[in-house]
Amino acid sequence: MSPGSNDIFSQKERQALAAKGTALRRRAAIIQAVRRYFIEKGYLEVETPSLIPAPAPELHIDAVRAGGLFLHTSPELCMKRLLAAGYPRIFQICKCFRQGERGARHLPEFTLLEWYRAETDYLELMDECEDMVAFVLEELGLPPVLEFQGKALDLQRPWPRVTVQEAFERYASAPLEQVLADGRFDEILAFDIEPSLGFPKPVFLHHYPPALAALARLSRHAPGCAERFELYAAGLELANAFSELTDPDEQKARFEMELAKRKEQDKTVYPMPEKFLRSLPFMPESAGIALGMDRLVMLLSNQKEIDPVVCFTPEEL
Amino acid sequence: MYNASDLRKGLKILIDKEPYVVVDFQFTKPGKGQALYRCKLRNMINGIMIDRTYRSVDSFESANLEQRKMQYLYNQEGHFYFMDLQSYDQSALSAEQVGDAKNYLIDNLEVDVLLFDGRPIGLTLPNFVDLLVTRADPWAKGDSVAGDSKPVTLETGYTLRVPPFIEEGIKITVDTRTGEYVTRVK
Repeated sequence: MSPGSNDIFSQKERQALAAKGTALRRRAAIIQAVRRYFIEKGYLEVETPSLIPAPAPELHIDAVRAGGLFLHTSPELCMKRLLAAGYPRIFQICKCFRQGERGARHLPEFTLLEWYRAETDYLELMDECEDMVAFVLEELGLPPVLEFQGKALDLQRPWPRVTVQEAFERYASAPLEQVLADGRFDEILAFDIEPSLGFPKPVFLHHYPPALAALARLSRHAPGCAERFELYAAGLELANAFSELTDPDEQKARFEMELAKRKEQDKTVYPMPEKFLRSLPFMPESAGIALGMDRLVMLLSNQKEIDPVVCFTPEEL
Repeated sequence: MYNASDLRKGLKILIDKEPYVVVDFQFTKPGKGQALYRCKLRNMINGIMIDRTYRSVDSFESANLEQRKMQYLYNQEGHFYFMDLQSYDQSALSAEQVGDAKNYLIDNLEVDVLLFDGRPIGLTLPNFVDLLVTRADPWAKGDSVAGDSKPVTLETGYTLRVPPFIEEGIKITVDTRTGEYVTRVK
């Protein structure tokens, strides 16, 4: 069709994409700054395959089938194999795919930042999150206190740490023990607690019950808890981190349990990731974290929904 | 049978043996947790709205709904009677179920009646209906408050604003979705 023709559809699309300009430019600047941060800190940028035979067996994460393989739901297992082979600091920014995840803050194809570090635990990753965000703000020339949806978002260090127990006492309509027994943890977390987390400063939610941390090591500091944290800012879940479980038998047992639950719920039962399990005995003490880049862009461009921070949503294709 | 992942606006499902339509729908999911579907649903029989949260393991029966072409016959004692154009069976809807559609119900009008398990529960009107103006006051020129329109009453008792040239005895087309005047029937 010739330029200047009266194609309303194309006109609307060009207007909608032009309106995303500010967010898309900021998105690019954030991704580039994050990359610089990790390179300066001595991390090796890696690219692991998106097409894999065996996604991490997790009950609630559904992989998209692609031919006889799956699209990865996160680069976790491949990155850990690199850790086990002696790469002590690695990061990756990549597209990940999760079946059926579509909402105001979810896309079935989204951008994840993952980084892993040997000889450390999840507490140090908390410091690194604060440090990275401070670096990005500086690179972008943004002040440490931003506005997000009419409220102050104060990104100055340090960020408070709240245990899961404390969060339930403060915000939930039912106590943690009862919610766990009823299987309503996710519901109460999503609707009672999350909307209150991370104002005005981001907050680290930690001391998770072990049942909710399939790939995390049990805590050496807090008995009965797993070394897992989630980072929240302005009610938005930004990142999930673990001190990595390195015991192959324990890991295999947890995977088998997850796969059994998947079978029970008529979900696709993935093959056991055997090569990952075989690499585990060589994996050093380490910690790893996955951070939603689209969410970080939302936060730093004052967008309460995910659609405006990506070029195209699935519905627009 | 539907799964939670089939939920979307407009989906009709059965809850406690009654048909509901999803009017609003929010997906959320803690990263490692289960998918949650927060829905606003309208009971298709009594119009009552409810909030429900569903999880990925939940499933639903589909509601046995059917639309049939019927002709409006008459209303009596708060009920509106329709005749099925295929079977010639008669069905009745209550004034509550008919709602504002009563403004457009004239004899012999063809509508779609919605049946749930064979029982009538509602109706869908044609988008445009022609109705007779039964009362129209002369237009008071210079009545700037009213602008360039005046109120008229139609054969069903419905009143609406129309252009000043519409007079008693004229038929006009009304958009049943907005309740507004469209054109004069020639």
